[in-house]
Amino acid sequence: MSAASWGLLIATFAACFVEMVEATTIVMAMGFTRSWRSAMIGTGAALAALAVVTAFTGYALATWMPESALQLAIGGLLLIFGLQWLRKAILRASGRKAMHDEDQIYLDEVESARAAGAAPSEGLDLFSFMVSFKGVFLEGMEVVFIVITFGLNAKDVPVAVVGAAAAVVVVLGIAMALRRPLAMIPENLLKYGVGLLLASFGTYWAVEGIGIFRTGQESLAWPGKDAAILGLIAIWFLLSRVFIAALRAAQPPATTTVNSTPVQELAK
Amino acid sequence: MKYLKAFGQFWYDFIIGDDWKIAVAVVLALGVLLAAMKADLFGDHGLAVLGGVAIVVFFAASLAIDVRPKKPKS
Repeated sequence: MSAASWGLLIATFAACFVEMVEATTIVMAMGFTRSWRSAMIGTGAALAALAVVTAFTGYALATWMPESALQLAIGGLLLIFGLQWLRKAILRASGRKAMHDEDQIYLDEVESARAAGAAPSEGLDLFSFMVSFKGVFLEGMEVVFIVITFGLNAKDVPVAVVGAAAAVVVVLGIAMALRRPLAMIPENLLKYGVGLLLASFGTYWAVEGIGIFRTGQESLAWPGKDAAILGLIAIWFLLSRVFIAALRAAQPPATTTVNSTPVQELAK
Repeated sequence: MKYLKAFGQFWYDFIIGDDWKIAVAVVLALGVLLAAMKADLFGDHGLAVLGGVAIVVFFAASLAIDVRPKKPKS
């Protein structure tokens, strides 16, 4: 497998991993406090909807768009996504934004589940179904987008799908074994890494895609071809470290506490 | 109309996110690259490097605006 394929696999695995952790927290909150059956049906429905969106969007993009237009549209969107992730990572690492805390998110979801009243003893609990569906679908949409964009641009959709599917299996395995929010996973660090990868690949493809506007619609070429992506990763990393150091120096970091209380105690 | 608005809001939140300045920075950077390409300023490699530098600079500017000290309200 080439270096580009490994990069693709790591990027889609990491991106899917963090999104799956967030979706799992929501589904767990619904399952433990209201109805596992309804939460799982909502999850299944969302995964089915995501599969349809992936198949349709992937086919449409691959069939109807010229290569440079695909690079520009997808690279541009990927770049905006990546820079949003990177911005949040910089703000979190410098103490300007609260760290992402799955335990706190779990408690918020439990509170909203209880505020919605008792779950019906028979039939589908619409609240659990809708919250689980929405949580999985919205988190999954980002994964779908990343898998399609990385896969099509790298001309290796199967590797991108394998990376994402592996992340789903790993997160579900950990969640089933621990039966509590996955707060011990270094989500903030993972999001920082994914932000760097998305920003770097997005920069690479968006710049290439500008070639759509010249005669012949030929993509622009980076010096060093694919190796330029490594240079871009280094540049984005350096820029983020400079910002983090400067922002830390300008303001003392906020302290955050992350606990890993078992879910049965959190739900009390 | 309500569903149309919700549909539009979903895509705005999904793509633009919580800081619109980043999307503007990307569009401006790619605009600079497009102008340089149309003006035949550099060859392919030069244009690619210019595009990369422009994206980094515009993102840094958007983040600097984001974290600048706010003036106290009088």
